[in-house]
Amino acid sequence: MSETRKISITVNNKTYDETVPVRVTLADFLRHQLGLTGTHLGCEHGVCGACTILFDGHSARSCLMLAVQADGHQLLTIEGIAPDDKTLHPLQEAFRDNHGLQCGFCTPGILTTLLELLRDNPSPTEAEVRIAISGNLCRCTGYQNIVAAALDAAGRLRAQKPAP
Amino acid sequence: MKPPHFSYHDPRTTAEAVGLLSTLENAKLLAGGQSLMPMLNMRFVLPDHVIDLNRVDGLSYISEHGDTLDIGAMTRQRDIEFSGVVKKKCPLMHEAIAHVGHRQTRNRGTLGGSLCHLDPSAELVSVAAALDAKVSVAGKNGTRSIDFANFPVAYMTPAIELDEMLTAVSFPCWPAGHGYAFVEFARRHGDFAIVSAAVLIEEDAIGKITRASLTLGGMGPAPVRARDIERALIGEKPDEKRLHEICETLRSVDAVDDIHAPASYRQQLATVLPRRALLKAHQRLVGEASA
Repeated sequence: MSETRKISITVNNKTYDETVPVRVTLADFLRHQLGLTGTHLGCEHGVCGACTILFDGHSARSCLMLAVQADGHQLLTIEGIAPDDKTLHPLQEAFRDNHGLQCGFCTPGILTTLLELLRDNPSPTEAEVRIAISGNLCRCTGYQNIVAAALDAAGRLRAQKPAP
Repeated sequence: MKPPHFSYHDPRTTAEAVGLLSTLENAKLLAGGQSLMPMLNMRFVLPDHVIDLNRVDGLSYISEHGDTLDIGAMTRQRDIEFSGVVKKKCPLMHEAIAHVGHRQTRNRGTLGGSLCHLDPSAELVSVAAALDAKVSVAGKNGTRSIDFANFPVAYMTPAIELDEMLTAVSFPCWPAGHGYAFVEFARRHGDFAIVSAAVLIEEDAIGKITRASLTLGGMGPAPVRARDIERALIGEKPDEKRLHEICETLRSVDAVDDIHAPASYRQQLATVLPRRALLKAHQRLVGEASA
């Protein structure tokens, strides 16, 4: 029998009290137990970045964490990015407008990664964007439109919140 | 690609963690998880017990004691990257850490985890070798200190007993105004280096090298301190032609052949990267002195 633990975890501002097998990764827990399938699993060994989430505000690969480790912590997944059901986040709008995705598999990990970047560095250079997404593999776009979307999103977010 | 079955332990103190280590058979310590978790997912390791250190108090800190920087084993690579003290006292570590994985992995990965995993081309491993770090290890009979030169005993095998754990690392920093550089060659940004070079130098008033540390990562099972070159550099003025001659002798350093590169390619890098690092270190030292 698999050893289990009770955990309490806040995902996208909603608190879940769940019992999990201790060996289950955070990514599998989010997808299979909470039904939050927006977090994608590509490689399951920390290379592709598709499963990136924000863990207490910092990007992390959810395939490289156990669900039990998230007990008492705050998570943000792709499902929690948009302000409401009808409005896209400016980052999402920028990706749509710049054709920053094709198949969309890597997109959740790229958006969560960029959310952290643009929070910590509202005016990144192109080189800084490329370094930020260097741990996210995309097999469709050649990254060009992802970088364009990220820079566009930075501008939109700055316009939303003018510098003091 | 799912972790195997294991029992999970999350101790709150170092004593509790060491106690678990000395009583449980086939236990693995889980630090930042950026190496152990992939190994669990791929079932390269099959521990009966996983002891998670993430809730242990008092293992995450960066503190300055005179010329020494003490860093707790569970200090995240992210915290080292953004530490003003590290940047000021130990700019080599600050430069090296930018090459460690990606933002997502540095947010979780720890200093102690990286040193104990002991990948031969891991940047922090090279930095520890370059600075003659001392590693503090706790066991059921108390703590002991290991000179980093004696820390790697074999490929990815640290000189830590099965019932011991790394708790802190002490880095003796070089005096302000020294030259430093960390350069590496990797196929992709964030990959482990094929070969890396970590350099520290001091020069006298007329620009002759008085002290040097040169570490090659990725050549063999552990970082190599090029002691002969460090001695040969004393009294030299670091111009490109002279450094070219001196670094050419690094071609004879033993290197491994593997899927990433043949030994001869690593040996070629071993002549080029240290030269670039030494020049960069010298330029920084001169720049600092004239600033």
